[in-house]
Amino acid sequence: MKYVESLNFALSNLMSTDEKVILVGEDLADPYGGAFKVTKGLSTRFPDRVLNTPISEASIVGMGIGLSLRGFKPIIEIMFGDFLTLTFDQILNHAAKFYAMYGAEIKLPMIVRTPMGGGRGYGPTHSQSIEKYFLGIPYTRVVAPSIFHNPGELLIDSFSFNLPVIFIEHKLLYPLNLVDEDKEIGIENLKDTFNFPVVKVKNFTNKDPDIILITYGGISKHIFELLKILKTEEIWVAVYIPALISPIKFDKLDDLLTSLKICDKLLVIEDASVDFGWSAEVVSRFCNLGIHIERMGALNTIIPASKELEGEVILSTKKIYSKIMEIIA
Amino acid sequence: MISNEEIYRQLYTIRKTEETLLGLFSRGLLNGTVHTSIGQETIAVTIMNCIDRDRDIVFSNHRAHGHFIAYSDRVEELIFEIMGKEDGVCAGLGGSQHIHYKNFYTNGIQGGIVPIAVGAALAEKVKNSGSIVVVFLGDGTMGEGVVYESFNLASKWSLPVMFVLEDNQYAQSTRRDLVHAGSLSERARPFGIKTLSIDDQSFENLFANIKEVVNFLRYSSKPVFLHIETYRFSPHSKGDDYRNTNEIDFYKAKDPLLQFRAKLTEDVILRIEGEVQGRINKAVERGLNKLPLSIDKFLNLGE
Repeated sequence: MKYVESLNFALSNLMSTDEKVILVGEDLADPYGGAFKVTKGLSTRFPDRVLNTPISEASIVGMGIGLSLRGFKPIIEIMFGDFLTLTFDQILNHAAKFYAMYGAEIKLPMIVRTPMGGGRGYGPTHSQSIEKYFLGIPYTRVVAPSIFHNPGELLIDSFSFNLPVIFIEHKLLYPLNLVDEDKEIGIENLKDTFNFPVVKVKNFTNKDPDIILITYGGISKHIFELLKILKTEEIWVAVYIPALISPIKFDKLDDLLTSLKICDKLLVIEDASVDFGWSAEVVSRFCNLGIHIERMGALNTIIPASKELEGEVILSTKKIYSKIMEIIA
Repeated sequence: MISNEEIYRQLYTIRKTEETLLGLFSRGLLNGTVHTSIGQETIAVTIMNCIDRDRDIVFSNHRAHGHFIAYSDRVEELIFEIMGKEDGVCAGLGGSQHIHYKNFYTNGIQGGIVPIAVGAALAEKVKNSGSIVVVFLGDGTMGEGVVYESFNLASKWSLPVMFVLEDNQYAQSTRRDLVHAGSLSERARPFGIKTLSIDDQSFENLFANIKEVVNFLRYSSKPVFLHIETYRFSPHSKGDDYRNTNEIDFYKAKDPLLQFRAKLTEDVILRIEGEVQGRINKAVERGLNKLPLSIDKFLNLGE
């Protein structure tokens, strides 16, 4: 099953089993079915519960909050993750505040889904991975499925928090097949302390890893290719990919801590411009272990429209490969 | 129909509570800030007595005490809340600007709660509950773009939202005509929203108009924009007032609360005022002896 199909099936299941689920966003309705086709077919099946909105991102999220306060389970699509900037006040000063500042008297199940990431040549304002501005907000969750997760299941499970969830979908993943088993790569499902999945993928059995990676979301595309290449070179890599990226609830994982006792090299990778990012926070969780830790991400600049330059700025399989070689050398 | 005595009790309770809060601040007994609505009380009292508080929904703003007291009569819990005590209406975590009780919600961000009110109206319309939604704005709020997104959505989707602009002429220290182009009362009309301008905030006039507006909302399920001319006698918050005192006195002479007293005998007024004052004094005394939420409870909210 493809990443986009998993999301579409999950939305369809949610809507047919729970009449409180309402989809709100721009251009969601058929025949268009959303800019990345995640909602295709849904307005035909559920015409009253797929709401095509004007271009008003702040109000779209605001309406979602109102729907949630009054007993619904809204799923809001923001067409490009870059446009989340327009929703920031609604998320930070409204959705994220209501549960605690009202004395824990309300529930606020709601999901804001949005595609992030470059690689499609959309240029500086349609290619970013700006989830870092939404990390660490108290009483908010950020979920980012990789191709090793089941994105649809994660979407459904995101309602279990009864809190606002920012759900990050990397645009390059939509057309890819999900990977839940592979002949050459071991895939293991672990759980963080919030019971959200952390997928461990590795290209070895009965060996010690040469390096441990921690990453999330769109980078999983590179990981799948990379682990196969490195296997042929007999470089053994274990990768931990949490679905819940904020708050961080995987840092006490026994399996990960055991791996870091066996292998003293850790690389944390993120899609966004690297400074002040998720990887810095993850590194801080392990920096007292006395191991070699590095992080990498996109260059600290805008994402240019030029295909060649974009390729220089964002991460690639090749760049990650080179970094791994540099660390284990 | 609610009695004049009860109306006066509500008006006077709001006024005395807010005067008491300002007094506590000047004595150093409160932390943070308060925005009072002294002079604007008839709007809150009228609207809350026109809606059905069991099912209708109210979204308020940073100047929320009057709306909250008229909605809930929870004076004690409001005072405890502003004192930051665990027994406050939101466990002392929200304070003056961030209150939720039953179907009443406030927040301190200008205009931000307006699309949330529209979403709540959508929810009630889908549920077919017959509930209407009231959302309070100030003249300052009219500078926020999200308000106009909300006008568009409420009108396009035919949602029962009463947008109430309490136009007290000043956004903090800035007079409305210095920052707003055109007419504030005309701002919603281009969106196809029925608009009503009211420049007499006496209880009778407000009540007659708002009762009709509530009926219209209930049966048409369409939004209405109410522009009400008002004036706050008190500073924006605690003591930051640079307005001309002649101007303040001009409006004080037309105080709708004092005008309302003409409907009651002196004996009744004295009795009500004594009872209200006694209630507030007792709440303050109790509040001063209460404790805030423990840090352990705060860090484990909901558990």
